[in-house]
Amino acid sequence: MKDASHIQPAEEVVIAPAKASGFTSFLRAEGERVELLLSTLRRLGHIGKRSRLIYEQMFLSGIQTLHVVLLVGLFIGMIVSLQTGIELAKLGQQDQIGTIVAISMAREMGPFITATILAATVGSAIAAELGTMSVSNELDALEVMSIDRLSLLVLPRLVGLALIAPLLTLVCDTIGIIGGAFVAQAQLNVGYEMYLTSAIDALRPTGLLLNVPKDLYAGLLKALVFGVMIATIACNEGFKAKGGALGVGRATRASVRDAIIGVIVINYFMTWFMYQA
Amino acid sequence: MSAPSNNTAPVIRFSDVHKSFGEKKILAGFSMELEKGQTLAIMGPSGVGKSVTLKHAIGILTPDAGSVEVFGQEISKATRKELAEMRKRMGYVFQEGALINWLSVGDNVALPLRENTDLKEDEIRERVQRRLELVHIPDAWELMPSEISGGMKKRVGIARALITDPELILYDEPNAGLDPEIARSINALIRELQERLGVSSLVVEHRIDCIRTVADEVLFLDGGKAVVQAKPEEFFNSSHPRLARFFGKDSA
Repeated sequence: MKDASHIQPAEEVVIAPAKASGFTSFLRAEGERVELLLSTLRRLGHIGKRSRLIYEQMFLSGIQTLHVVLLVGLFIGMIVSLQTGIELAKLGQQDQIGTIVAISMAREMGPFITATILAATVGSAIAAELGTMSVSNELDALEVMSIDRLSLLVLPRLVGLALIAPLLTLVCDTIGIIGGAFVAQAQLNVGYEMYLTSAIDALRPTGLLLNVPKDLYAGLLKALVFGVMIATIACNEGFKAKGGALGVGRATRASVRDAIIGVIVINYFMTWFMYQA
Repeated sequence: MSAPSNNTAPVIRFSDVHKSFGEKKILAGFSMELEKGQTLAIMGPSGVGKSVTLKHAIGILTPDAGSVEVFGQEISKATRKELAEMRKRMGYVFQEGALINWLSVGDNVALPLRENTDLKEDEIRERVQRRLELVHIPDAWELMPSEISGGMKKRVGIARALITDPELILYDEPNAGLDPEIARSINALIRELQERLGVSSLVVEHRIDCIRTVADEVLFLDGGKAVVQAKPEEFFNSSHPRLARFFGKDSA
């Protein structure tokens, strides 16, 4: 029998945890997300190999959120129509209700509402799923098998959300404009024809980008960016989850919170860039 | 660049390895060697760093100080590509199986081949089926991880670890959470695989019956260091004071 107790450590190594300020932690966390995004974008060549997973992600995201998008979009359109209609009626400008609802939905409400719904439903599901994989060593299992988890897990979710977000936004825009028409007709005495004429005029093609109205493509571009951001944040939070169910809950909460904050902040800058810069 | 692999070198060599998590020191000058074809079991109190040792051997963790060589190459200095090549020669059996929960048993075992090789699907299916038969679950392909028992998860984990024909397998508590009967069958399976395939194995385990069945040598890890290393009979009959205390023989 060998007594191995003679093997002494050369020196005691104690690594103190790095104390980071709140701002430093924020920068580090955002840096991690940007790194995750860039690393995943470098794997865009794997899209063909992952097409089945991307399709599954789009299908699941659509199924999970379509009914919510329809319901919320309908009522948002109705609210915008009612709120603006009441004020416009005082000025005798009811014929502009369609314009305002269409522009509001296409530019802001559609992409923002859809992104919020996606963050709360799909983003949270992604964070919980990857968080559970993290705490049950499934991510370590992929690592020891030399399997690229960004290609297998992140790329399909990121591309899936980037594609489904504009489609859902289009649905949200459409149902919102329809909801606005109901209110205009029923409560503000604006006929469907007048409402729809002003709505269609407002979204008149610009002659640019396949003749798609600027307000529409600006909104869809926002939706695409929001989809990418929601997926990146959710995957990043899921990967960081530690400490069992508590850690998964924490990751899910952080994912939804940060994605919604991110959507609002990026929305401002994109609006500024596309309409004012 | 790291040193090339050497046939006479131990399969794994830990040299004066230190590892801390925050202020908690786990390994403090740990050294050990695993020879080719040998099965070494690591035993010790809970939280002493046994699983940490395995994670160093597969390159999930890197030492704060000291070195870990696998197949004659220092793992912390390996490039990502070199590490991937080394890992193809290794299998890792996780404590709870760590099966990918959205893939069936067969797809879990097939995953490393689908992701890392250009083998045709027919050939992959044939190899997976052979591995499932080797671990005595030939009809489990279509089952999902949520539908199978803990013992079966271990078998699937072993089949997945074997799918790339590794030269070295690392087992993290293969008996954890199993009843004695299932645990005995897993131990017999591990022994059978060692004899049939001739792989080197590093086994982290608490249970004496497992160690007696599978191990050629046993290492006792405590205080971040290797305290005793011996053949199983010698180890369990040892009068070393730390072992006597661990096995509750010191008060007799």
